[in-house]
Formats: sequence, structure tokens, C-alpha cells
Amino acid sequence: MNIIVCVKQVLDPEIPPAKFKIDPETKQVIAPSGVPPVISVYDERAVEAACRLKDKHKGKITVISIGSEKASDVIKHAISMGADDGFVLNDAAFENLDSFGTAYVLGKAIQKIGGYDLILCGRQAADWGAGQVGSILAEILGIPVVTLACDIEAVDQNVRVKRIVNDGYEVVEAPMPSLVTVSSEIGLPRLPAGMRLMIARKKQIPVWKAQDIGAEASQLDKGNAHTEITSLTVPTRKTECEIVTGDTLSDAAVNLVSKLAKLI
Amino acid sequence: MDNHKGVLVCGEIAEGQLAPITIELLGVGRKLADELGEELSILLMGSKSGGLGQEAIAYGADNVYIAEESILDAYNSDAYTQAAANLCKKIVPSIMLFGHTDIGCDLSPRLNGRLGGGLAMECMELSIDPATKLLVSTRPVFGGNAHATMVSKSARPQMATMRAKTVPPAERNDARQGKVIPVEDKLDASAIKVRVVERIKEEVEGVKLEDAEVVVAGGRGMGTAQNFGMLRELAHVLGGAVGGTRVACDEGWAPATLQIGQSGKVVSPKLYIAVGLSGAMAHIAGCLGSKCIVAINKDKEANIFNVAHFGIVGDWKEVLPAMTAKFKELKAG
Repeated sequence: MNIIVCVKQVLDPEIPPAKFKIDPETKQVIAPSGVPPVISVYDERAVEAACRLKDKHKGKITVISIGSEKASDVIKHAISMGADDGFVLNDAAFENLDSFGTAYVLGKAIQKIGGYDLILCGRQAADWGAGQVGSILAEILGIPVVTLACDIEAVDQNVRVKRIVNDGYEVVEAPMPSLVTVSSEIGLPRLPAGMRLMIARKKQIPVWKAQDIGAEASQLDKGNAHTEITSLTVPTRKTECEIVTGDTLSDAAVNLVSKLAKLI
Repeated sequence: MDNHKGVLVCGEIAEGQLAPITIELLGVGRKLADELGEELSILLMGSKSGGLGQEAIAYGADNVYIAEESILDAYNSDAYTQAAANLCKKIVPSIMLFGHTDIGCDLSPRLNGRLGGGLAMECMELSIDPATKLLVSTRPVFGGNAHATMVSKSARPQMATMRAKTVPPAERNDARQGKVIPVEDKLDASAIKVRVVERIKEEVEGVKLEDAEVVVAGGRGMGTAQNFGMLRELAHVLGGAVGGTRVACDEGWAPATLQIGQSGKVVSPKLYIAVGLSGAMAHIAGCLGSKCIVAINKDKEANIFNVAHFGIVGDWKEVLPAMTAKFKELKAG
């Protein structure tokens, strides 16, 4: 079974809000110093899902990421979890792409890799969280897509996916090749260990430019973007928190309850 | 030139009625359509949709498109995408609105991929730029740390999914006039590749999280599944529901369906009691609409105190039992 996983390197979402700074002019986030970027949380779950399928059915996992040359770190992370191969898609023309541009570039790289049964993406990125690259990519490739997976099985020529819905879950089947977007409910990703860390460290991660994958300049032209960000702001919060106290914490709790009692 | 006109709401039906989010979308859609001087339409799918035409008109629709094929009774990604794409090709809407629900989240990006539009998801606010007449969508990014506004200059339709409960529902007016138009084109069954094998409803005891007036939520600080159970006791006393942060749900202390936050449920109860959770922005994004937020945390620097109205700085193990006991006493009257 050949699986391609699309991953993104993002600003660590666990940073304290105080470290979060934006540049309203460029409408970009200023990366805080000393905090290394990480693999986007859902994408890491997608790698985990791929590893589980490989554990069961054998096969090959290829990981691709659009980003700076530093994106090789997230590819190596995926390899340390169990992926076999990876490519960084890095080109000045790939910077700040909208969802269509991103899906276009991923699609071109996937067509170059070829021979896939399954493509996995995170349900959304932990930074801009557009939540649509996987679905657009599937439409570009003309393959079925199942979103919000919390479990994936391969049954004959089909992928059987348990997906999250509002009041529970549903199980859907789609013929392969297909694309599945993975949600965090799939469970915790494995910790890289031992030999795999060694393999990942030594692995050369090739970098593909626009011309390597045959991406056309007109498709990457920002003037043709489907969406454009017109402003980026940090919301101000006006809440004043009243800290309730008492002689003991139990007293504080009782005082708090008397304040809340009139609300409900 | 641009022949895209009008606002199209993608309707959802819940228990045979228009879903609350759909009534909210009709309210927003009506406003946008009026500002543009264009019509508001809605697409309703499934064999139950036939009877809801007048209802949708009363809530503001000028045109109600009814696609009654039984394959549309329950959500199927391929079937819904096809039905919606067919209608879009016919009526070429300028704007298309969805709920940020599991249907909207699956359908809108696919439809966008197929139609080549511009989509903003999880919007909190939608307006028309008076100068350009473009749809301006405001949405949370970076886990709610920032808000971005987006436009689609030339891609059509301009699409958005809207978070539930960010706008009031449309006002009902039974005197309103409109047209109910059956969709006659049949779906191409050969293009339906995805098959729904089963749907499992996970029954949650007590009140539904999204409907609860009181929500008690716990995070990493709860430490164990057993401790998490103490939140249920308080919720039970208050007739409320329990929720968890991503960490709490990942740890298995609460089922994934009770996750509150950017990637889980968005709640807006009267009272939100946050226990042992630091208030990561991704979590806060799911509860900021609450009327009153109460924080109980050992760390007085925890971000949750920046959004809370009341707080106690201290170990929840001492605070929570006293709160539960006191509320019990009050309820017993």
C-alpha cells in the first residue's frame, strides 16, 4: 500500500499567547525567537494513521511539505515515526499561497511521485486553519475524499473510514485511490525512538522547485489567488477578572457560588 | 462580464425542521442580499425538504430550491457536492453560505474545489464592502490568537461557513412571499463513489453540550479520568454538561465528541466553569461566547484568567467539592 502524507510546518500552537505577535502591514505572524516550528498537530496524526496502515499492510509512506528548507525537519520527524521518504517543496513562488495554490502545488508533486493508493492530510492546519486543502486536492486529482477521519482501514480495494460527526460517528467506504483528512480523534502519535531517529537523521531530503514538479507560474501568480487576506488583527479582550478569595479555598468557593447563584 | 448574482444558503434539516444554523444563515443571507439588492435563495436536500419551502420563505428566502431525491436524505459527500454544484451552475450565485457544521465543513471545501470559488471557513462575521461590493469574511486564525478578514476579488462563488450562534436567528414572517422551485435534474449515480456504511449516534447522558446553559470544562490539570468525574458531579447538580480540552479528550478522560475548542465544539452557555485548564487560545475559541466564564486554576498567570469574569487562584481539589456542595445546598433550597 503506497501512502502519500501532506504535512505542514507551523508556529508552535502551544506558545503562551504573550509570545504571539503579528505584523499588520504584511499580515503575517512574527515567528517568536527560540521557539522552533513544529509539525502541524493534525498532520502528525495523519502520519500516525499512515504508520498504522503500514504496520498492517506493509507498503511505503512518502511525506511532502511545502515550506522553507527548514521544512525538512518535519519530514524527518515523519520519517522518525515510520515514513520512508520525503520531499520539501520550496520555491519563492510557493510562499503565502492560498488554499487553491497549495493544493495545486501538492497535486503537481503527487502526480510526479505517482503510484499512490491513499493520500492523507490533516483536517486543517494549526496556523491559518483554512480546512480545505485536502478537499480541493482531491477534486484536482479527481479522486474520492473522506474528511475528519478518526480511524482508517484498508479493506480490499476500498478505504473504510470512521469519521467524526456532530453527535457520534459514521463509517464510510470509498474506492482507492482516495484522499482522507485526519482528525485528532485518531489518537496520539507514536514517539520516535531508537533506530528510526538514526534513519531520519541520516536521510537526505530532496528539495523540489516549481520547475521540478512542472508547476506553472500562472497558477502560482498571487494576482490569480482565489482568496486574499485584507487584514490581520489581534483581538483585544476587555474582560476584567474578579478574583474571589476567602480565608480558605473552600470559603472562596462558597463566596464564588453566591456570586454565581444569581446568574443561573 | 460577471454574471454571478444573489446569495445561496446551503440549508440543513434536523429532525424534519430547518436546522437552527440554517435559520441563522437565512438572517445573515437576507442582510447581505439586501445590501447588494439581490435575491436570497436556499437549497434544501432530501425527501423531507418538500414541506419546508414556506418555512424557509417565512425566514427570509426569495427562492427555495428543493432537491427531493432520497439519496440526499442523509449526508453523502459525493451526492451533496453534485447536487449543490448542479444548482450553482444553474443559478450562478455570487455568494454561498454554509453552517460550520460537519456537513458544511465537508461539503463547502469540496464544492469550492469543484467550482473554483473562494472560501473562508468558521466565519464570525460577514459583511459587504460598500465600495467594492465584495463579501468580507472575518475568521479566527492561529487558534483564535488573531482574526483575519478575507475577500475573493474574482473567484466565484464567494463562499463562507459560519459558526453556530454567532448571529441571532432570522425573524419569522409568515406574510413573506417567495417561490418554491423543485430541482428536476437527477443526480448521476455513477459519480457517487463514497458509500455510507453506518451511522452511530453516541448518546450522551443528560443535556447536550451545545444546548447546555451551564458547561463545566476540565483540562490537563484534572490529571486522571477519575478526577474528571468530579466535573460531572458539579455539572449534574447544575443541570449542565461536561466538556474537555483537547488534552483531556486525547487522554481519554472525556469522549472526543465533548471536546471544546477550535477543533471541537463551540459553546455559548450562560455559565462556563473552566477547571484545571490554562486557556490555550485554541480552547478559548470554543467558549468565548459564554455569558460568564469562571476560572479555577493554581497558576494565577494562566491565560484563562484573561478571559474569565470570576476566578479562584488555587487547587481545584479544594475548590470544586466546596462549590458542588454549596450549589447542592442552594438547589435543595
